[in-house]
Amino acid sequence: MSGGGTAPVVTARYVEHGMGMPISLALRGRHASDEEGRAAWDAVMAELRAADRMFSTYRADSVISRLGRGEVALADCPAEVAEVLALGEAAERDTGGAFAVRRCRPDGSVVLDPSGVVKGWAAERAAGALHALEGTDFCLSAGGDLVCRTLDPEAPPWRIGIEHPHDPLRLIAVVPVATGAVATSGSAHRGGHVVDARTGRVPEGIASVTVVAASLTVADIDATAAYALGRDAVRWLGTRPGRTGLVVWADGSAEPVRGGGTPVPAGG
Amino acid sequence: MRRIVLWFMTTVTALVLLFGYSTSTSGPGAVGGSTVIASGDPVTGGTASASGTTVTGSVVQTRWGPVQVAVTVEGSVITDVSVLQYPTGNGKDQEINSYALPVLVSETLDAQNAGIDMVSGATVTSDGYVQSLQSALDQAGL
Repeated sequence: MSGGGTAPVVTARYVEHGMGMPISLALRGRHASDEEGRAAWDAVMAELRAADRMFSTYRADSVISRLGRGEVALADCPAEVAEVLALGEAAERDTGGAFAVRRCRPDGSVVLDPSGVVKGWAAERAAGALHALEGTDFCLSAGGDLVCRTLDPEAPPWRIGIEHPHDPLRLIAVVPVATGAVATSGSAHRGGHVVDARTGRVPEGIASVTVVAASLTVADIDATAAYALGRDAVRWLGTRPGRTGLVVWADGSAEPVRGGGTPVPAGG
Repeated sequence: MRRIVLWFMTTVTALVLLFGYSTSTSGPGAVGGSTVIASGDPVTGGTASASGTTVTGSVVQTRWGPVQVAVTVEGSVITDVSVLQYPTGNGKDQEINSYALPVLVSETLDAQNAGIDMVSGATVTSDGYVQSLQSALDQAGL
């Protein structure tokens, strides 16, 4: 084994913009600031840009836009398209339709928008390059949704602040995560407003939902789905095993939730 | 060429059968596993009907297991997406939950005083980044 623990822990940070959001990376350990670490960071950004080219609904020439217009057949799309659509469908089933990758426009036409799935899924895939860094811990944030790893069980976990939905300069809560993912959904989420797909309306009474889970794909989908469920968010999230989370209501009060257990009363 | 297509279809059917079998023993995710076979050519796909054209994608291997979807297009819009094979669930779901509960903090605590490494939030876009705690953290560390 290496002589970890003797040297002071230095965290190296990297920031770039991509997919319309800041991508932040913190690395600590062997490759935190060497060439290998930087190469992994470049690979992360390249992966995210590739996902954006495939799935951006803002790009008329993306595969998903072309599929949505019926210009390209599903069979001709990259395999990732089926994977993302299936994840969206599973979430739609799990939420009774509150979460959906297809939305009805007022004129009755349907628009294909898997943004609620893509962000976390793409960031988790992109983090693959970081997993290959030996002896190195990472915490990667794609616009506020993050995935982290800590190799040494004795090492301190990453401390994740949860942004106050009413004031981006304040924290409302803190959650330590050694290895896992954290995603937050709210009214200011990229991709416009999250709506309850059953009604087409912005959910009421809720300001933001944060979910902690093993997979960022899962955390992101669950955060978006719970947010779309509005006042039902705590009840629904409480049924999801393997997660913890925080629901912030429109009045600024907040409820920590343990999935698969019972909601915990707000403590202050 | 025709031979290759036939070979490919046979392979896909075999794959579908294989996964159809394995998923049928592993829970509700197996729904539809066997119906895939009846959906016809998974490569060129395309069955026209009164409700539009349905195109079936091939089976895709994912971290969550095999996935196959079909998309119905009417005119130039997608009217339906159906999943013939669902991911059979995230194996990690079955792990014992070891995540901490978020702890609420006082109103005055900022990221640097709290010893925060990263910020999770819904407003972290490129536009809002300059005015965010994440930006402060990144600058402090650069």
